[in-house]
Amino acid sequence: MATQSSRFAARLMVAPSVFVLFIWMIIPLAMAIYYSFRLYRLISPDRTGWVGFRNYTWFVNSPEFWLAISNTLLLVGGVLAITIVLGTLIALLIDQPVWGQGPLRILVIAPFFVMPPVAASIWENLFMHPQNGMLASLALGLGMKPILFMENYPMASVIFIVSWEWLPFATLILLTALQSLSSEQLEAAEMDGAGALSRFRYIILPHMTRAITVVILIQTIFLLGIFGEIFTTTQGGPGSASTTLPYMIFKQAIAAKDIGRAAAGGIIAVILANVVAYFLMRGLGRNLDA
Amino acid sequence: MARAVSPRRKLLTTLAAWAVALIIFFPVLWMILTSFKTEVSAVASPPQLFTADWTLENYAEVWARSDYPRFFWNSVVLSVGSTLLGLAIAIPSAWAMAFVPGKRTKDLLMWMLSTKMMPAVAVMIPLYLIFLWTGLIDTRIGLVIALMLMNLPIIIWMLYTYFKEIPGEILEAARMDGASLWGEILYVLTPMAIPGIASTMLLNIILAWNEAFWTIVLTTTKAAPLSAFIASFSAPQGLFYAKLSAASAMAIMPILILGWFSQKQLVRGLTFGAVK
Repeated sequence: MATQSSRFAARLMVAPSVFVLFIWMIIPLAMAIYYSFRLYRLISPDRTGWVGFRNYTWFVNSPEFWLAISNTLLLVGGVLAITIVLGTLIALLIDQPVWGQGPLRILVIAPFFVMPPVAASIWENLFMHPQNGMLASLALGLGMKPILFMENYPMASVIFIVSWEWLPFATLILLTALQSLSSEQLEAAEMDGAGALSRFRYIILPHMTRAITVVILIQTIFLLGIFGEIFTTTQGGPGSASTTLPYMIFKQAIAAKDIGRAAAGGIIAVILANVVAYFLMRGLGRNLDA
Repeated sequence: MARAVSPRRKLLTTLAAWAVALIIFFPVLWMILTSFKTEVSAVASPPQLFTADWTLENYAEVWARSDYPRFFWNSVVLSVGSTLLGLAIAIPSAWAMAFVPGKRTKDLLMWMLSTKMMPAVAVMIPLYLIFLWTGLIDTRIGLVIALMLMNLPIIIWMLYTYFKEIPGEILEAARMDGASLWGEILYVLTPMAIPGIASTMLLNIILAWNEAFWTIVLTTTKAAPLSAFIASFSAPQGLFYAKLSAASAMAIMPILILGWFSQKQLVRGLTFGAVK
């Protein structure tokens, strides 16, 4: 149906969004690349000059660096694993015939509407606080010592909070996928003597591949840049225990006021994001067609 | 896949499902309850529910201490403004990609999505400087543009998946009847796409409302939305739990209520056309 002129018109209509996105991406990126090769500290703004790859080598050789990389991947992987496993279980549960499915959904979706700083501060103060938090009271009531979440388990706590925020998203997408599964197929399998587990393994799971792909793709995009939750709760600490790559960059830019090093870190983060994206696309891209 | 089950089994699954849902919702509920307690009651151990001292004092104090209406109005302007601007740019693009797909359309969509993978912190300083030089810092229009660009890939992707479901024959019929290109978009496609556009709009209003990085980095006072409002209330160290909860409730309530009312459309939008 595409004629020559409609093809031209189509290009014209795509052009504005491609143009603005390209500008939005390329200018800050170009500036970051430029600064990453420069000496540029806000404490001594007069001393400038080219430093070659020194900002990069500082960043990579910093004792925090590999910890930050592994924390970043741990955060993404941990939240993905928790939300997909729990999301699937909850979706399977809600999909059963239950009373009040509408109100149920309203409760389950609620965390998605809570902005990250609020979510982080609710959990940190009202629940995980070692003196006034509800979990501390619970521990005392059971005759145990309150757990020092942010001190002893900072990464686990952050992963937990972020998982709570993203669980509704995963659950709802997986639930929608479940609901589109034809019940005849399941009943036929049941007649043929397939147990609940093999029904799940051979019918339900394959049907949900596409939905799981979308959950992984969208969540990874948001999770790679997670910043606010760490800023609100652990500030990357204690020490560097919960410092992720974005947080490490932030510390260089704001605390150390070293724009050059922060920019080098930014470029490394962009490269990491691209590597992750590449593997995601290779591994999952074909699930998105069809 | 609703199947006939025994009432006993239905009762059991209902109880289990409600238990899970209440656990997930509990932190929000507890925050709302805490916002109505006195500060002493809020930090009491063991936690007080029936014995708590209830009060509206916290809301009054938060209201008096900060300019809530201004933050609220900024949130509305930024989230609605960025969404409408985004739709204006995205609708033609998504239309073209859905109905006149080229060989590179899929790659183009993936590229657009990949621009979102760049961590915000990585370009924080450059963007801050650009906003400073152009005088866009702490202005609503600057924030509207930034939030729009941030969510544009998602808007385009969602619209694309909706538009693709509209049968092409309808377009051909309209063309036979002599509809122009713009006529096609305006009178044939748009009405059919309204539900999809509505879902996209809702999701993006929520994403923009909850954005808490650029809205804090790029504003100080004039254009600061509720995410900045809540940032000014954090770090409470025990004594101000009730006020923190009240401020939190005030920040999330508008979008929570909007989300609950539009739940059906939203869920459809959330699936990104991935699930039929």
